[in-house]
Amino acid sequence: MLEVNKENFEAEVLAVPGPVLVDFWSTKCEPCVALVPEVEALAEKYGDKIKFCKLNVLENRRLSIGQKVLGLPTIAIYKGGEKVAELTKDDATCANIEAMIKEHGR
Amino acid sequence: MAVRECDVLIIGAGPAGLAAALYASRAKLSTVVLDKGTPGGQVRTTWSMENYPGFARGMTGPELMDRFVDHAKEFGAEIVRGDVATVSFGGELKIVTTQKGEEYRARAVIVAPGAEPRTLGLPGERELRGKGVSYCATCDADFFEELDVVVIGNGDAAVEEAMYLTKFVNSATMIVVHDEGILDATAIIRDRAFKNPKMKWAWNSVVEEIRGDGIVESVVIKNIKTNERTELEANGVFVFVGTVPKTDFLKGHVDMDKRGYVIANELMETSADGVYCAGDARVKYLRQVITAAADGAIAAVAAEKYIHEEEGFREMVLDRENPVMVAFWSPTSQVSLDFLPAVERIAEQRAGKLNLVKIDIYKNQRVAGRYGITEAPTMAFFRKGQLVEKVCWPTNESELASVADKVIGG
Repeated sequence: MLEVNKENFEAEVLAVPGPVLVDFWSTKCEPCVALVPEVEALAEKYGDKIKFCKLNVLENRRLSIGQKVLGLPTIAIYKGGEKVAELTKDDATCANIEAMIKEHGR
Repeated sequence: MAVRECDVLIIGAGPAGLAAALYASRAKLSTVVLDKGTPGGQVRTTWSMENYPGFARGMTGPELMDRFVDHAKEFGAEIVRGDVATVSFGGELKIVTTQKGEEYRARAVIVAPGAEPRTLGLPGERELRGKGVSYCATCDADFFEELDVVVIGNGDAAVEEAMYLTKFVNSATMIVVHDEGILDATAIIRDRAFKNPKMKWAWNSVVEEIRGDGIVESVVIKNIKTNERTELEANGVFVFVGTVPKTDFLKGHVDMDKRGYVIANELMETSADGVYCAGDARVKYLRQVITAAADGAIAAVAAEKYIHEEEGFREMVLDRENPVMVAFWSPTSQVSLDFLPAVERIAEQRAGKLNLVKIDIYKNQRVAGRYGITEAPTMAFFRKGQLVEKVCWPTNESELASVADKVIGG
């Protein structure tokens, strides 16, 4: 999964047609850490359908808030520079993420 | 579908499940713990842990849970990631399947699914979840560095989590329903909070609404004494108003109270044979790491005894080639004691054709109950694993002898 941050978020996520999945996470967020292997497995499976990125909010706080992400875990999908779908907190389960990818992936 | 057999299956790897895993695996039972996330349960999201005996300052929730995990694994318990899909507790082997299609067959099950934060159902609460509304301080505190947050709730957890937030935020305003100076939190926590310069207080107040366009911008607070409403600007709203049990998957399988907490007795036995409940999901007085761990230990020991009893009954009675006469007696029933010599004589006279097993009805209420035996003495005859005849008190030696011969004769 591609690591995105304040330097490359514009180029890698917003400036591309997409779809792009962004996993907003942090090392302090235990539910996020628990989700990491699930999302990585989905990246293996759907890597050709959607671009997988992860963003550590600890180093990119302003960017995250700018994206209206103020809670973890949050998994969002972008198309053409716009956020088109998002799952947060309890809704960010493996099954829900997979369904979201199927809906918005290529 | 992958099928896996074990002695004890534990659902949930919080402190209750992990303590149960330690006790069960140390008792040489093959033990599997299923958890849908990282082991540790709610303690994972709690930074401050200062009331687990022996671990005062400097031990965080996640650190303590890492130790619980290591300790359980040390005796051979296996912790597996999996989300329970279905349970079936009716048979001798309990069957639990996961969302991914694995099937577990266990001789005993300990359910320790725990609880999750309760939501309030306020206007704006659900829409702004992850947009400033949070139930987890350790997850989200970083977003609110130098910002202002509101904390709803005033119990121990609410005040402790608010204090954790003050390491990051500009201010944390506690919305408290009580009169000034009164908190549900215990005195030691209250006094510390009152000394914290970043903590602010709104007394006699409740939050009515959370407002914001895409992210939290303010909350509407109502003073319950004056009915006056004020809008307070805030970047975040943290809600700590108790928990709800995660027991939906157990509905219809074990008895619960109206709120969904599982009813279990002192041995952690639920209404289903061989199924135990431990930790926050159980009806109980105090929900803490230490009481969860205690539940887990009791459940594991009770499950171990259950497994051995079941195994014993199977070996001694159900799997026997010859018919078996089971004499249910009780040390509190003098007639049952007086009648035992007659029972023994009948068995001796038919040695090689009829086996005798004596069971203390009081110590083995479950086995007795399964066959509808409530009083001692009762002599029950089994052939090829089936109950075929029952002789209840009052009876006499010759009546019992004729039933015994009838059973032997097939």
